[in-house]
Amino acid sequence: MTLMVRVTNVSKTFVLHNQDGVRLPILSAIGFSVEAGECVVLHGPSGAGKSTLLRLLYGNYKCTDGRIQIRHEGEMVDIAQADARRILDIRRRTLSYVSQFLRVIPRVPTLDIVKEPLVTRGVPVAAAEARAGAMLARLNIPERLWRLPPATFSGGEQQRVNIARSFIAITPVMLLDEPTASLDARNRDIVIELIEEARMAGSALIGIFHDEAVRERAASRRFDIHSTNAAEAA
Amino acid sequence: MSATIDDMRARAAAPPAPILQVENVARYYGERVGCRDVAFDLWPGEVLGVVGESGSGKSTLLRCLAGLDTPSAGHIRFDDDGVLLDIHALPEPARRALMRRAWGIVHQNPRDGLRMDVSAGGNVGERLMDRGARHYGQIRARAADWLGRVEIDPARIDDPPRRFSGGMQQRLQIARVLVSEPRLVFMDEPTGGLDVSVQAKLLDLLRVLVRDLGIAAVIVTHDLAVARLLTDRLMVMKDGRVIEQGLTDQVLDDPQQAYTQLLTSAVLV
Repeated sequence: MTLMVRVTNVSKTFVLHNQDGVRLPILSAIGFSVEAGECVVLHGPSGAGKSTLLRLLYGNYKCTDGRIQIRHEGEMVDIAQADARRILDIRRRTLSYVSQFLRVIPRVPTLDIVKEPLVTRGVPVAAAEARAGAMLARLNIPERLWRLPPATFSGGEQQRVNIARSFIAITPVMLLDEPTASLDARNRDIVIELIEEARMAGSALIGIFHDEAVRERAASRRFDIHSTNAAEAA
Repeated sequence: MSATIDDMRARAAAPPAPILQVENVARYYGERVGCRDVAFDLWPGEVLGVVGESGSGKSTLLRCLAGLDTPSAGHIRFDDDGVLLDIHALPEPARRALMRRAWGIVHQNPRDGLRMDVSAGGNVGERLMDRGARHYGQIRARAADWLGRVEIDPARIDDPPRRFSGGMQQRLQIARVLVSEPRLVFMDEPTGGLDVSVQAKLLDLLRVLVRDLGIAAVIVTHDLAVARLLTDRLMVMKDGRVIEQGLTDQVLDDPQQAYTQLLTSAVLV
């Protein structure tokens, strides 16, 4: 098996300078590893720091302590120490973040939003468009909507556009922040299929899923996070 | 034959060099500090944002970087196809020629970047003529193409920009800057003074053009939403100094300094 992610002794404390320097310890001494083809589910009560951990893994939050190594182009790179340019390169080719929210510029058509990750990776526009269409169809977005910007779509439709955009170009490491929240059963099943396909292709996935059924089916393993925050507060 | 391929591989594998190297730049106005101790590298294709309140020194820094003002100390080096030039050590004519050839500046007020009495087509075509284009038909065709790219109806090619709306003037200025395919672009509040709806269009246009052309850019703005949308990296300035820098989303979502926390908590980004 190929080690894809190794988290060593990671801690995160937020310091709120403008609120009397209040310190909020969220995570402490977290450690786990993920190999290619695995989908590890982060498990713990609300407020335990699952989302914080996912954001640390993406380089969106800064680690207070510890190392987060990610296999990038055959080499283990520490996200906690890498400079901005390196992290951007890792995100371009190795690491992606799938949230339940679509964040795009208002007037861009759906098909362009979904094809963009392929175009960025050098896939010719016509081929990227064909694959984007296939992915949207698979996620039950009617073809009459493809040329429209998703701003006016329902919440569920926007979420599926986001899933389509995220899974059209799977990356070696994928972080999933409740990608199935508020989807109906049929579309949830498709997301589970997409996760399975990514695993078969050798991706390492780390995710948060509140839905027990999704957890059971998508996850190959569970990692328990205990709440530092709650322990400190108690 | 194989040597050529090896050469190509070597070039592809060789790490590219920064296009701009900024070393301890300072600008004083007598006793007053405009900016000081600013140092960073900018790489080809990278978009750097500089944020801060009025008076933080961000515009002073941009003017020094863009060659419009002379730093009191430090060096700004530009990689001109493998030749590293200290831009403020160059004689004035050489610096001006370099700026025209390799750089672009998008001013906050389009009136500062456009010639208001010259036609829209002339504003764009002029830059091509600066670069040696002489064929009238080709210049006009390219100008029309660029008007289309910035979503100005090419039928208005002969209208002067003073008859355009503010948003159109700004898009025309962007066409005028980008038509000469600069490798480095400086922008000072590029969407300042525009309606929010016009801003969104302009931001998307800039984002796509910068990505497609692989341009490196420095964008000064006080608008954190603009910074989030357009930039890869962010520098936060206060009292003339850079107090925090890093990946744009990291600086905005997990700011470390008290001042940056104040900035990001004051608005929704």
